[in-house]
Amino acid sequence: MPTSDYDPACLPDLLPLYYRRLFPFSQYYRWLSYGGVSKNYFQNREFSFTLKDDIYVRYQSFTTQNELEKEMQKMVPYKIDIGAVYSHRPSQHNAVKSGTFQALEKELVFDIDMTDYDDVRRCCSAADICSKCWTLMTIAIRILDRALREDFGFHHLLWVYSGRRGVHCWVCDDAARKLSVAARSAVAEYLSLIKGGEETVRKVVLSDPIHPFINHSLSVVERYFCQYAIVEQDILGSKESVDKVLALLPEDILSFPVNANYSIKKGGQYFDKEIMLQYCYPRLDVNVSKGVNHLLKSPFSIHPKTGEKEYYQSNLLYTLLFKRLGAVGCLFFFFSSSRISVPIDLKELNTFDPFEVPTISLICEELERPRADEAEDDDVKDKENEQEAGERRRIRDYKRTSLAKYVKVFDRFLEAMARSRKGEMLQKSDLQKDF
Amino acid sequence: MQFPGRRKKVIGSSQNDLYDHCLQFYGQPPLENISLTEFETFAVERLKLLKSVENIGVSYVKNSEQYVKKLDAEFSSLNFPLRTELGDRRVQGGTSEYEKRRKDHISHFILRLAYCQTEDLRRWFIQQEMDLFRYRFGELTSKHKTDFLHKNNLKYETVSAEEKKSLKDKLITSSYGLSGITVEEYDFYKVPFQDALDLVRTRKVYLLAGNAYIPHHEIVTIVLNDFRTRLSKALAMTARSLPAVQSDERLQPLLSHLSHAYVGQDYSIQKNMGKISLEQIDALSGKSFPLCMRHLHKALRENHHLRHGGRMQYGLFLKGIGLTLDQALQFWRSEFVKGKVDADKFDKAYAYSVRHMFGKEGKRTDYTPYSCMKVILSNPPSQGDYHGCPFRHSDPELLKQKLQNYKVSPSGINQILELVKGMHYQLACQKYFELTHNVEDAGFSLNHPNQYFTESQKLLGGGLEIKKEVDMSQRSQENPANMTRPSQANSKQAHEEMGDLDSFFQDE
Repeated sequence: MPTSDYDPACLPDLLPLYYRRLFPFSQYYRWLSYGGVSKNYFQNREFSFTLKDDIYVRYQSFTTQNELEKEMQKMVPYKIDIGAVYSHRPSQHNAVKSGTFQALEKELVFDIDMTDYDDVRRCCSAADICSKCWTLMTIAIRILDRALREDFGFHHLLWVYSGRRGVHCWVCDDAARKLSVAARSAVAEYLSLIKGGEETVRKVVLSDPIHPFINHSLSVVERYFCQYAIVEQDILGSKESVDKVLALLPEDILSFPVNANYSIKKGGQYFDKEIMLQYCYPRLDVNVSKGVNHLLKSPFSIHPKTGEKEYYQSNLLYTLLFKRLGAVGCLFFFFSSSRISVPIDLKELNTFDPFEVPTISLICEELERPRADEAEDDDVKDKENEQEAGERRRIRDYKRTSLAKYVKVFDRFLEAMARSRKGEMLQKSDLQKDF
Repeated sequence: MQFPGRRKKVIGSSQNDLYDHCLQFYGQPPLENISLTEFETFAVERLKLLKSVENIGVSYVKNSEQYVKKLDAEFSSLNFPLRTELGDRRVQGGTSEYEKRRKDHISHFILRLAYCQTEDLRRWFIQQEMDLFRYRFGELTSKHKTDFLHKNNLKYETVSAEEKKSLKDKLITSSYGLSGITVEEYDFYKVPFQDALDLVRTRKVYLLAGNAYIPHHEIVTIVLNDFRTRLSKALAMTARSLPAVQSDERLQPLLSHLSHAYVGQDYSIQKNMGKISLEQIDALSGKSFPLCMRHLHKALRENHHLRHGGRMQYGLFLKGIGLTLDQALQFWRSEFVKGKVDADKFDKAYAYSVRHMFGKEGKRTDYTPYSCMKVILSNPPSQGDYHGCPFRHSDPELLKQKLQNYKVSPSGINQILELVKGMHYQLACQKYFELTHNVEDAGFSLNHPNQYFTESQKLLGGGLEIKKEVDMSQRSQENPANMTRPSQANSKQAHEEMGDLDSFFQDE
């Protein structure tokens, strides 16, 4: 329970604490080193930081985990982006002969943003999200995860809640990291079904024969459609929204034959399927996925607050609410403040709630709570090597906060990659008859 | 890397194995001796073939019936291998299939030497070779296609019958035009999706565990990607080894000029000398001159003067259509005198250069009229110049106005401007020919202003008796000896006249 003296500080105070004691540096480093198989993989990786007052710096790179920690603790970035692994250290890119500094590899990434669905959701718009439209993200994750694994044969996918209004997918397989621009764009286009912008009314057009990928995606959409669209979004609930649906149909729809499967089909066109897809199918930004050097928000980065005004208002509100409603009321009201960008456990996808994702203020506050049972261990452990002690302390620290379960998801992801790397190396040494 | 034309060991009986398929990936360079004559001939003929591939590809939808028909015709006339078996009926007195394949092999490698030097050249060469390959692969029978894949180690596994059965429905719905029967009958190949991006991008193929299941008839796309990659790498390597080849003086002139070589008639032989009267020129300029010459003539008439570049381009053209030296002198003098130049000054300053053009002065080279290539590529016009190629050098707006003045239809103008945008200047001029002569198909591939004139006169049944030297234009001649003269003369002259073009090709 938060104590009554707790004062929600703003980011300049919370972030240093976060980077000193909570950010999972060792797992992060482990991830981006990929088992040390490629030389200098971590050292040649570009990071970019958004600092206080919106100062943006690119081409940050680090030689060791320690350096990464020290720099982040020093610069206190409000937002962290991960870019590509380059041919040389990004921090020295100006010293390299022009034309030779090149992006070589990067994870294949996808960015699903709720604002791209504004034309088909009634509950919210722009950066707002709620439990009713969150289903769209669930559908998107299910469809894309299946396709990336089953169709493309990828194994190591990290799904991350972006912190505000969408999700990201990081495909970390070796083969994925080595993909060319053309290949990335081909994958993204294979996965795209929604075509057209403001001007286009009918954004999904299906024709015979329907590709197995579309059929798989449809079966996911159909599972959720009734509950999501009819009940929650209530798309048939008002004349305006009914008209929107009808706009997707040809005028003589009533004269169409309904076939044995109850799907409305005429001349090779599947109107009912198209409507469902238009309302629910994932909307990707192909440009995010295409570029090898594209920078994407890092997992465990926070989503910075939108500005001072919101801070003061929410600060005042928080104090008022806390006095009236206690902790629960405050948490509920803070859904728009800085959440951590956390990995999503696909096994618990149906119960994932973006509003339960911890905010930075929450976990900092959880950190401050007095520890009941761990006081004695401190003295013993402090005598060890300082870095190890620091890490150990950090591990104990985040385990006491709501961040713990998300770091666990990340750990499992990393273990799976390590296992598969080991398997590959064994295979290789077997082939070379190395025993 | 080994280059043809150098002293190398001759390979004996294994030659038959080398050419056991009519199509190849050009993985291995040829390893034999050939004469310089053959070297040049092969190179020029393949160049003609590739230029035809380019032109036919712009004029017709690729791989449509007409496209295939036209290319077939080019192939036979240039003696390149088609789809027959080695050892098939030897055409009496013609080239055997084996010889055609040998030519195919060697000529490809020679052109690599000429086209590896700059990014633009490489891109052009790869594009035409790919189109050529696609056409030839498409013409193979199914058996030959499989043969080809096997011979070239394209390690694409075929999908087993059981797997096909279990995936039958999925395979049918993922590729257009497949039925249950065809899925059973046809071979399917498992190709890593990275090698089949075009099919993946458009979702025209079944994907499972990172592999695309490609039906036999689609395999050409995959093969083409492989071909492009290999050729691209090979050209880069060739470029690095090129200095060694260029030091061979026998090869250097041909190679450095091959990439902009004009490979047709040179119009230096005056078949029509004296058959044109000066009074006809005005009328002819409107009817049978290509746009560049019409433009020059008009400028000359209006300004009573032309600068050096214009005088060369137009003067040589006039020589090519049949003006004698005396006529030329009279023509230029009468025009210049109307301007600021009096008769004496003309005789002192300009007459010399007219005589020079006819080979009567200085080193007495009988200069040949400029080909389209030369007009387009060298000596761009500046302020006050009227030479050059209007399709290349004029601002599109001005070009449009000029065409409107010459009463070309709006849709025709649009077609021309499209071609200009695509940098197909000669095709634009050809289109101009078609529109002004009211024909659908020019019936020839334009690459020389004098050719334009000759063809135009032929079409109009003009008052000049032009001997139909059909064999001389664009078609190669069966007799290699005859071939060398124009190309040798061309390359020698090219070497002298196009000194500045060397620098064009020296920078990256």
